[in-house]
Formats: sequence, C-alpha cells, structure tokens
Amino acid sequence: MLHPIDWIVMLVYLGFVVAIGFLLKRHMKTSTDFFLSGRALPAWVCGLAFISANLGAQEVIGMAASGAKYGIATSHFYWIGAIPAMVFVGVFMMPFYYGSRARSVPEYLRLRFDEKTRALNAVSFAVMTIFSSGISMYAMARLIQTLHLFDAPLAKLGISAAGVFHVSIIVSALVVLIYVFFGGLSGAIYNEVLQFFLIVAGFLPLVWLGLKSVGGWDSLKTRVPAEMTHAWMGMQHANTNPLGVEWFGLAMGLGFVLSFGYWCTDFLVVQRAMAAHNMSAARRTPLIAALPKMFFPLLVILPGIIAIGLPTVHTLGVSVPAGATVAEVQAAMAKAESGPQGVHGQGIIPPKMNATGEAIRDSNGKVVLDYDLAIPNMLVKFFPSGLLGLGLTALLASFMSGMAGNVTAFNTVWTYDIYQAHIRPGASDAHYLQMGRIATVAGIALSILAAYMATRFNNIMDMLQLIFAFVNAPLFATFLLGMFWKRATGHGAFVGLISGMAAAALHHGLTLPVGAVAGIKGGWLGAQLHQYPSEMAQNFWTAIFAWSTCFVVTIIVSLMTKPREEKELAGLVYSLTPRQTEEHVAWYLRPAALGVGVLILAGILNIIFR
Amino acid sequence: MGLDIRWPIGYMFVIIGVVLASYGLLSDATIYEQSLGMNVNLIWGAILAAFGIVMLLLARFGKKSQQELADARNQNERPAPTH
Repeated sequence: MLHPIDWIVMLVYLGFVVAIGFLLKRHMKTSTDFFLSGRALPAWVCGLAFISANLGAQEVIGMAASGAKYGIATSHFYWIGAIPAMVFVGVFMMPFYYGSRARSVPEYLRLRFDEKTRALNAVSFAVMTIFSSGISMYAMARLIQTLHLFDAPLAKLGISAAGVFHVSIIVSALVVLIYVFFGGLSGAIYNEVLQFFLIVAGFLPLVWLGLKSVGGWDSLKTRVPAEMTHAWMGMQHANTNPLGVEWFGLAMGLGFVLSFGYWCTDFLVVQRAMAAHNMSAARRTPLIAALPKMFFPLLVILPGIIAIGLPTVHTLGVSVPAGATVAEVQAAMAKAESGPQGVHGQGIIPPKMNATGEAIRDSNGKVVLDYDLAIPNMLVKFFPSGLLGLGLTALLASFMSGMAGNVTAFNTVWTYDIYQAHIRPGASDAHYLQMGRIATVAGIALSILAAYMATRFNNIMDMLQLIFAFVNAPLFATFLLGMFWKRATGHGAFVGLISGMAAAALHHGLTLPVGAVAGIKGGWLGAQLHQYPSEMAQNFWTAIFAWSTCFVVTIIVSLMTKPREEKELAGLVYSLTPRQTEEHVAWYLRPAALGVGVLILAGILNIIFR
Repeated sequence: MGLDIRWPIGYMFVIIGVVLASYGLLSDATIYEQSLGMNVNLIWGAILAAFGIVMLLLARFGKKSQQELADARNQNERPAPTH
C-alpha cells in the first residue's frame, strides 16, 4: 500500500523533471541546440546520459529477472556485452562520428557512403526506435497495473483497476512530451543523469538490505545453485551452464557482434556522445560511462539472485546440499511440488498465473516462475514507506528516460535524415527546429500506438529483439569496413546490409531452440536445419551469421564498384585521418589510457566472480 | 548549456533527503521491522541530503568550468555539412 510520503517523493521528482524542461526552453534557439544540445555538454554529463539512455526499466527489471533465472552469468551482458564495445567506440570510432560533424549516425553513412545507405539506416532505425519507446511505455503501464499499488488512490478519482493502465500511458507520455518538447536533447539528457543518480539511490539500499538479510555474498552462494554465483562455470559447453551457450558463442555472438552492433552504431547512445563540447570529451564519454556500467550488475542483478535465494514463501522444507546443480535443485523441488501443499514459487518469486488464476506450467509440467516480479517484490519486502516511494520513483524514472531517449533519437533522425534529406531540403534552420518539435509530438503519438499494439500482440517484444538483431548485427560490419577500409563503397555497403539482414532472417527461419514451437521463435521457413540448446544461443548465432554475411558481401561488392576520391573521405576513414593527439590532457585522462584501465577493471571483476 | 545540471540534481536530492529523513524521525518505529530494524528513511535520507549538498557546492564553485564551456561553444559554431 502506498503511503502519502511515497507520493511526495514521486511528485518531487516529477516536479523537477518538468521544471528542467521549462528551464531549458529559452536555450533552444537553433536546431543544433534542440537536437544536439548545441554540442556544449561536459563529458561526465554525456557519459552518465550514455548509459542511462540505455538503462530503461526493462533493463532494470529484466536484468534482475535474468539474475533470478540464470544467476551472475547475466553479468556477461555487461562485462562482455558492453564494456569492450564501449571502449572501442570511444577510442576508435568517436573521432569519425564527432570529427565528421555528422549530426546523426545515418548522416555519417551519407558522408562516408551515399544517400541510399543513409536512407536504409534512417528508416529502419526510426521504426525500431519508435517501437522501443512504445514497448517501454507498455511495460511500465503493465507493471504499474500488476503491482496494484496505485489502484486505491486512483479509485478515489473514479478510475477502475483496468483504467490504471491507460492512465499510466497517458501520464508518462505527457511528462516526456513536456520535457522533450521544451528542452530538446538537453531535456532528455539532464533527466537521464537525474535518473542515473536515482537508480543508485533507489537500489543501493536494496542490495545492502538484501545481502544483510541472507547473511552476505558467501552465505548467498550456499542458498542457490553453484552456477548462479559463478559467471564462468560450465562455459565450455552449452548444456553445462544456465545460459545454454558455450564460450565461443558468448564471446562472438554477444561480446562482439551484438554488443558492438549496439553500442557502436545505435544513434540512441551515440547521440549522447555527439552532444559533448569537444572531441576529447566525446571520446571520453563512452569510457566514463563504462565505469558505472561495470558495477551495475551488483546493483540490478544481485537483487534478482537474492530474490530467489531468500526462503521460499510457503516453504515446503526443500533442502539441498550446498553446491547442488541446477538439475538437482529442480528435481528436489519437483518432488515437493507434486506433494499435497500445492503450488508455490521460489524465494520471493511467485509462479506465473494465467487469467483463471492457475499456475502456468511448461512442457515438463514444472511451474513457470514470474521472474519479472523479482525487483518489485524485493522493493515491497525490504522498503518501508518513504524509501519505497524512492524505489518506485527510480523505476518510474528509468521507464521514462527509456522513452525520452528513443523520442529524441527519432525526432533527430526524422528531421535531418528523412525530412531534410528527402522531403524539404534547403529550408531555414528555424523551420527544422519547428519540425523537430512536431516530430516530438508525432513520435510520442506513434509510441502510444505501439504501446497499444503490444497489448494485442503479446509477441511484440520478442519481435523487436529479433529485428534489433537482424538490423544491428550487419550494421556493425558496415561501420567497421566504412571506418577502417577506405576501399569500401556505397554500393558495397548497401548490398552488404541487405544481405546481412536476409542472412539473419534465413538463419532464424531455419533453426529452432530446444523446446520451442515453430513461429516467432524460429523455424518458420518450414525446414529445421539445426536445433540450439537455448534461445540465447540461437540469437547469438543469428547475429554471427548476419555480421559475417554483411562483412563478406560488402567487401566483394566494394571491390567490384568504383570508390570515391580519397580526398572526399578525409576525416571519415582511419587511414585518411590524422592521428588524434591529446597533448593538452593529462596522460591518464587520454582515451587510450582510460580504455585500458576500464578493460583491466572489467577483467578483475570477471575473475572475482568467475 | 546555460543550466548547470548540478543545481537541479543538488536541490532535488536535498529536498528528497530532508523529506525522507524527517519522515524517518516522525514515523512509527514498527514499519522498520521489514528493513531489518534499521530506520532506513532517516539514515538514507541523511546520506542523500549530504550528496545533494555536495552537488550544490560543486555547482557553486565549479563556475569556472562553465565559462570554459561557454567559450568552447562559441568556437563550435561551425556550419553543419551541406546536402
């Protein structure tokens, strides 16, 4: 139940969010101000916005859910799936993004390759980013509805329990609309930085209380299967670790293709680095972001592991020896579950219920757990009124900044790469600024549409994940070749991209993960050429195929087509750009040094939690 | 960007910190059974307020960096690529 103090905390936060939008209004004089914050922000602000833009509540809830399901191996998504890519983009790619003065990622493609490559990227990105925004909105509204925490106060306003969903969507859309419409990218970035500090403020006490309650990390290790507290255990083969993927698939699929594909080419994050006040700051942005990113597993994944390690609510006295494998625990629980006491979850995670109130079971008859409730249940369990308001505010903040980040990326790509490039070139800057504002309203309206589509098609999140892999994986090959091989041509890039996407679709259509039905999960081309031990493995290998196909095809077609004059490519390709020297900056602040430092730290964390 | 973000962050955490800490002082002690007996509202509220104050101090005495950024911004006014 929510106490007035929780409301006060939430309203203080919302008040500041809206106020920031209004305070920034008078600084939005040019389109550069609106779309790129005038390229005037300090590196630390850009760095925190860089990770926050990516840290939607789906990540917070999802990572904790993953932690409850797979354990600390989830941290691979950070330590392998993000850190190396962030170092790479800061040290090697930012000089081209920032130095080319491109105002967006598609615009870099236009400068380096040609208009059709830019258009392909712009359109696919615009569509994906709107869907992302809508799904963020949907996920938040769904969560608010499930928690039933807002039911009572809203009932006093005459809103039914079902109406809570609609109210959440409208209110969140309105708040984001206000601060992006008036504050532009700066409004989004400032609120992302606010969100970062709020997440730390909301989750640090949760981790502390949770660990204290189970008796510390070492005690937690005895309460859950051994694989859950060792990130690298059983990684030689797919079937000996919880993720269901072996180290090569993990390193290449996640570590290389998917993570580099995202962090190096997704305009949502790159835009935040482009807003920095000079080249040095732009390069340091992803590196600064990598530091808190590294420690986030301890903030979001740990609560998930704790949630499942706590004594199960209706405990049936299931006891397993320390270091028991996942299979042994499951066997013991299955035995207890089939007894007279009925169905229960694990730890403080309840079973997933269907509409008639029955527990959902998988094909083996085992109860399916609702892992997404890990964080909400942890918050409600440990936080008294007051702090609970802070925890919920942190969740709310991350949902909204996930939306706002997508909306700012959308309005920039729409205005510069689609509208200015194809619909109305040559207009005044004020005209494009106005267009940006209109695009903001349209973007939010479309997001609301996408959110309601998600209610009708419950596979929409899976679809979006899929499309991301289809689009981002080959894109990274295109960028690698574009930035580091001067011979790459526009035709090569375009054909390569399309081939990569087709290869991804082909691979996905011909393979299926174990236990899945042909359809959205794969195998829709009729034949099933291969079976993967897990969905994640299939995902990673789809990405690997997509990337490799794009890479090879781009090279072949580039060699068959005429390249541009080398002087046109100066500043856009590694071999045609003078080396960056940062003599005015102390050696330990230079990108290369920072990058090495970050990688060493990440390596140490991997060793500690191996 | 004209508005140093440390001001809103500082003020917000001071306000939230003070609100939480005050509630911690005024609330019934029984609600803290779930947080392992500790008055987390008071403790964490005080810590957040202190963080907010640090932010405000940085904003106040970091004025020099703001000026440098404004100068950099004036130099940044190069035209965007043409189409």
